[in-house]
Order: sequence, then C-alpha cells, then structure tokens
Amino acid sequence: MSHALTGDADLPQEAVGPQETHEVDYLRAEGGVRSWLLTTDHKRIGLMFYGLVVLFLILGGLFAMVLRAELITPEPTLIEADTYNRMFTLHGVIMVWMFMIPSIPNVFGNFVLPLMLGAKDLAFPRLNLLSLYVFALGSVVTLGGAALGGTDTGWTFYAPYSTSTSTAVVPVVAGIFILGVSSIMTGLNFIVTTHTMRARGMSWTRVPLFVWAIYATSVIILFATPVLGMSITLVGIDHVYHFGIFDPRLGGDPVLFQHLFWFYSHPAVYIMILPAMGVISEVVCTFTHKPPASYKAIFISSLGIAFVGFFTWGHHMFVAGMSTFDAGVFGILSMFVAIFSAIKVFTWVATMHRGSIQFSTPMLYFLSFLFLFVFGGMTGVAVATQSLDVHWHDTYFVVAHFHFIMVGATLTGFLAAAHYWFPKMFGCLYSERVGMIGATGVFCGFFLTFFPQFLLGNAGMPRRYYAYPERFQWLNALSSGGAFLLGGALLLTLVNLLVALKRGRRADGNPWTSRSFEWMTPTLPPKHNFAVPPRIGRGPYDYHLTEEEAHARVSPG
Amino acid sequence: MRASRLAEHFEDLEKQTHAARLGMWIFLGSETLLFGALFGLYGAYRTMYPQAFVEAAAHNAVWLGTINTLVLITSSFTVALAVGAIRAGAGKRAGWLLVLSLVLGGVFLGLKGHEYADHIHHGILPGSAYHFGALPSMGANRFFTLYYLLTGLHAFHVIAGMIFLGVVAVGCFRARYDAEDHLPVELGGLYWHLVDILWIFLWPLLYLSRS
Repeated sequence: MSHALTGDADLPQEAVGPQETHEVDYLRAEGGVRSWLLTTDHKRIGLMFYGLVVLFLILGGLFAMVLRAELITPEPTLIEADTYNRMFTLHGVIMVWMFMIPSIPNVFGNFVLPLMLGAKDLAFPRLNLLSLYVFALGSVVTLGGAALGGTDTGWTFYAPYSTSTSTAVVPVVAGIFILGVSSIMTGLNFIVTTHTMRARGMSWTRVPLFVWAIYATSVIILFATPVLGMSITLVGIDHVYHFGIFDPRLGGDPVLFQHLFWFYSHPAVYIMILPAMGVISEVVCTFTHKPPASYKAIFISSLGIAFVGFFTWGHHMFVAGMSTFDAGVFGILSMFVAIFSAIKVFTWVATMHRGSIQFSTPMLYFLSFLFLFVFGGMTGVAVATQSLDVHWHDTYFVVAHFHFIMVGATLTGFLAAAHYWFPKMFGCLYSERVGMIGATGVFCGFFLTFFPQFLLGNAGMPRRYYAYPERFQWLNALSSGGAFLLGGALLLTLVNLLVALKRGRRADGNPWTSRSFEWMTPTLPPKHNFAVPPRIGRGPYDYHLTEEEAHARVSPG
Repeated sequence: MRASRLAEHFEDLEKQTHAARLGMWIFLGSETLLFGALFGLYGAYRTMYPQAFVEAAAHNAVWLGTINTLVLITSSFTVALAVGAIRAGAGKRAGWLLVLSLVLGGVFLGLKGHEYADHIHHGILPGSAYHFGALPSMGANRFFTLYYLLTGLHAFHVIAGMIFLGVVAVGCFRARYDAEDHLPVELGGLYWHLVDILWIFLWPLLYLSRS
C-alpha cells in the first residue's frame, strides 16, 4: 500500500475518468502523516481500517496455522495443551471481533457507502475517526491481554469457567467491550447517513443493495452489541469481584450467560455475513451487466434476516437444559433464516440468467461464495434440528458449519470486495490472472480445510481438543493441508494486490462498466467526493440504458 | 442561521440537525439494550426466586426510591423547561434551569449514596461479599447483586448526563446558543430524559414490587 498511501504531492495529476475534474484526489489532497491521522475523510478512514483488519486477518490466520500444524498428529508436537487453548481462543477473538465484524462495513462500507449515496461524507465524520481510534484502542487492549498470557475460555467466554480461570480474561473482555463501542459508533453513522444524506432523487428503491445490506447490519450492531457488552462486562466483574451473576454457588445460573451471549453473538453472525451478501449483490449485477432478478427480494430478505436473527439464539443451547418445546421453536425460527437466505441465493443465480457474464476475480469469489454459503447454510438447517444437534453439538461438525457460513461467506465477500473496488480505492488494476489463481486457491484450500471437519465431527471428534485418537488422523492431516493451501492462497492474493499498488495499470473511471453510482465518480474521488451533490435520475442497476445516458442521469446539481 | 455551524459535507442546516437528532435517538435505543441485558437477568432470576425477590424488595426503603423518582422527574421537567427557554431565545434562563436540573441530579446521587451506605452497613453487598443476616438466601443475594448492577449502571448514566448538561449549561451562559441554533441543548435534554425513563423502570422493579 505504501506507494498509494504516501501520495507524493508533486506527482503529476492523474487523468481522471469520464467526469473530468480538476480537484485533487483524496490520496493526494493533503500530505503528511498528520493529515492521515486527523483526517475525517471517510475514504481515508476506510483505508486505515483496511490496514488494521488485514493485519488482524494475518495474525488470526497465523494462529490458525499453528493450531492446524499441531493437529496434524494425534499426539502433542508443536505446542503445549495450555498454549493450544489460549491460541484457539485468540484465533476466535481476533477473527470475530477484529476481522470479520469490522471487515466489510468499516473498510468498504466506509469507503463506498457515501459514494453510493451521493454524499460528501458520512453524517458524522469525526465520530467515524473516533471509531477508528476506539477500534485501535480495543485491539491494543485485547492484544495486550494476549501478551499477558491470553485466556483459555474459547471466544464464547462461557461461565462459570470464564469467571474462575486464572488466565487474563479481564483485559480481553475489556478489549472486546471497547471494540463493541467502535462497532456501535460506525453502525449509528451508517444508519443516519443512509437516512439523511441520500442525494436528491435517490428514493429508497434506488438505494444500492450494498447500502441496504450495511443498513441491516448496522441495525443488528446497534441492538445486539450493547447486550454483548453487558454480558462480557459481567464476566469481567465476576472475574474480579465475584458478583456471582452466573455462579451457581451464589444462586446464579450459568446458562443465562449463554442466553445473553448468544442474543448478541447469533445476530453477530449476520453482522458478519450481511455485508458480504451486499458485496455479492453488487458484484453479480456488475459482472453480469444486469439488474438483480429482484431488487426487492434481496433487500427485504436482508431486513428479514436482520429481524429473525434476533430470535434464533436458543439453538446454541439445545443441550444446555432447554425444554424440547423451546428447542423446537428456536429450531423453526432458525430455519426462517434459511428461507430468507435461499431467496437471496435464487435471486443471485437468476440474475446471472441471460446476463452478459464477465469472468473475473470478483466473479470467481461470487461463485465460491454461493457454494460455501449454500453448503454452510444447509448444514445450518441440519444443526438447527434438535435431534441431529444432540449428536453434533460441540463436535467438529459445528466448527465446520460455522466456518463455512461465516468465514467462507465473509472471507469470499471481503476478497470479492477487495478486488471489485480496488480500482476505485487505489486507481489501478490488479493482475486478473494471479487474482483468479488466488481465488481458486482460496476456494480449494477452504473446502479442503473444513469439509473433512464435517466428517470428523460426524465421526465424533469434539471441538477444541488438543489430542485425538489415531483413526481421526488422516482427516485432520487433510484439513491441515487445506489450511496451509488457504494461507498460501491468501498470501498470494495479498502480494498480488500489493504489487498492483506499485505496478498496476492505471484504471480508467469505470473498468467493469458498472452502473452503480460509486463508479460515476472520478477514478480516485476528491476529498469531498462531489463538488456539487449529484442528482440521481435512475436506479443503480439500469443496464438497459446506454453508457452516456447512464452517466447523464447522475448529473451534478 | 449561522453558516459556520454548517459542516462542509451537509447541504443545509436542516439536514444536519435532522441527522444529529436521529443519531441521538438511535444511540438512546442502543442504550436501552444495554440495560435490557440486566432487565433480562432480573426477569430470569425473579422467576427463579419469586419469594426472595419480594422479601428483598420489601427491604428497600420505598420512601427513598419514591423521593428519588420525584427528584428525577422534576429534573426532567426543568430540563424540558430549559429547552423551551432556549427555543424562545432566553439563554440565561435556560442556563439557570439546567443548573437547577444539575442540582436535582446531585440530590438524586446523594440519596442514592446514602442508600448504598445504609445497605453496606447492613452487610448488603453484591455477590460473594453479601452477608445480610435478615435475608441470607441466595435469591436475596441475586436481587441485591442486580440492584447494585442496575442502580450502579444507572448512576453512571446520571453522571454522564450531568456532565453533558453541565457543558450545555456553560454554553447557555456564554450565549453560544440562540432560538434557531441550540441543538446540543436538545440532545442533552433527550439524554437526560432517557436517564429519567430508565429510573422509572427501576423504581417499581427494585422498590415497589414487594408483594
């Protein structure tokens, strides 16, 4: 990123896309570290989030590599059992709160949401900057906890173990609390921006689907995160002062922690996946040059998932002493999510029908997304069934399921976005060939890592175990091999994008010939995006219009 | 209308004001969920220990809780008057009304502190430190632990609200606001009303539901 980020002021002004402008682009608008650290420009803040989340992806990924390396053999080899416990906890904590939750909203949402809405910035630019610093602070505190020895509770912090373990629970939960504050700030900003900053002519049915997805995500963030904040704060308090809120010795009920935790953490799955769905909706329309088969089906199902997602948390507790009736209700409610998801999947697939498909890296990620998402989703319906869940609970089957759905979908969505909006963010093109090799590698690696885990879980291997019987070895070795392939492919993708920053061909304004509004701005938008706020005279997917017409209907003033 | 208050990225002041108000409302909604987690726990433990909760609530002094309720409602009223005053352009009057609200907030915290001291004196402490002889049950322990968590979190909000109102009051005295331009006063008022409304839920849960 170095070249693009330093932005030497004396470089010649680049030619800028279809809408010729004399304004300096956002990367070169002001120079110096200070101008970055104190910026309120949503695009720069997005880039700084980008740097951080990629760093955390690498960190969380490295932990995963060590874990998988340890699991190649049934006996202890690389690390101690204690280290193993702390490492899988950190892997989960980092990946969930420092990568997946902030990844797409804080990076790409920040960058493109105002561009898509025709706004000069988010509604509260300083709050946005504050969110970045609060995020950084939360990360430092969490990682500080890791440096102090980390914790061995797993990312779920189940009481009463989490309140009695001697490891550094308090800094880790404090860090997560702070990260939650950052989430809320950003979510609030997105909602208010969507309501108040839309350009003239942008009615609610002209709002791009990515914005709808981010909007639905933000609603979940705002109403679920405080509950998480409270429940892990209680764990922290219990750890220090022993209030015994979840301690049976003082009359507390540990299962209540699970209820509170999953009241947040189940919707949190949709915090991770809805933005990816938004990216996918944009990608499929752009690269098939077609409007979505049904715009309404996609955005209504996004809101539907956001809503139903709040009433499914009980399916994490089928074996924790829940009545069969309750479990049945939660199971059925969980399956509603699958209905909304299926509506989306069919709509995306139908969108491709008779489209003019342009095969490219983001499109390849779209296909991976479809496969992983459907696979993960179907196994989700299976584990939402009480009788099956009793068998699979706390086994690798569940690990495989949630990695497919939240990691598979979020990661492919994130990578699709990283490639799709790369020319918009940095003004240059990446190598399509290497990108596709990376995408194929990511898919194969991912499948190879997690598919064997379904078999392992079904055969009875519990999750989080450090050692296992010999008969599980070949599947574990396969899974580890897949993990290394996935790691390698991700590294290749990163290198490809970094090389593109330095050497990439210069992109013209709209390299994918998209009709979405963010591509109607200059290649690299100026600091405030628009000299004059645009007037929107068409929808974001009007591919039936000619190129000139499409531009003309997004006119300044 | 002072153009300087219009941030660069907004088209007009009306949109900007609308955005700030909406942001505040959404934030308040988010805050209720923070308390919602504790209300949820209260509901669950009350179902688990119905008798102990009734007895424990009966131990709390109704007169104290009720006076505090009146104090907070009055403070909300004076805040509302302050917002009305600034809308009419009376900065000084708004400032004094806010000071009055702050005093009432202080009275609330003082009474709360007195109540805490009394509880601690009787050995009513949260969690494992609880050693109240008259109600030794685990259920009573749960009630008072939640009592501390709920009122403690609420007290934090009272303090935050007082800081907010204090800053706004200073602005009123320095004539920073006028009849058209007084958004922070309104937002401070909104926040204070939330603090008030939360207490209106805590009052019956912790003091009145004793039978």
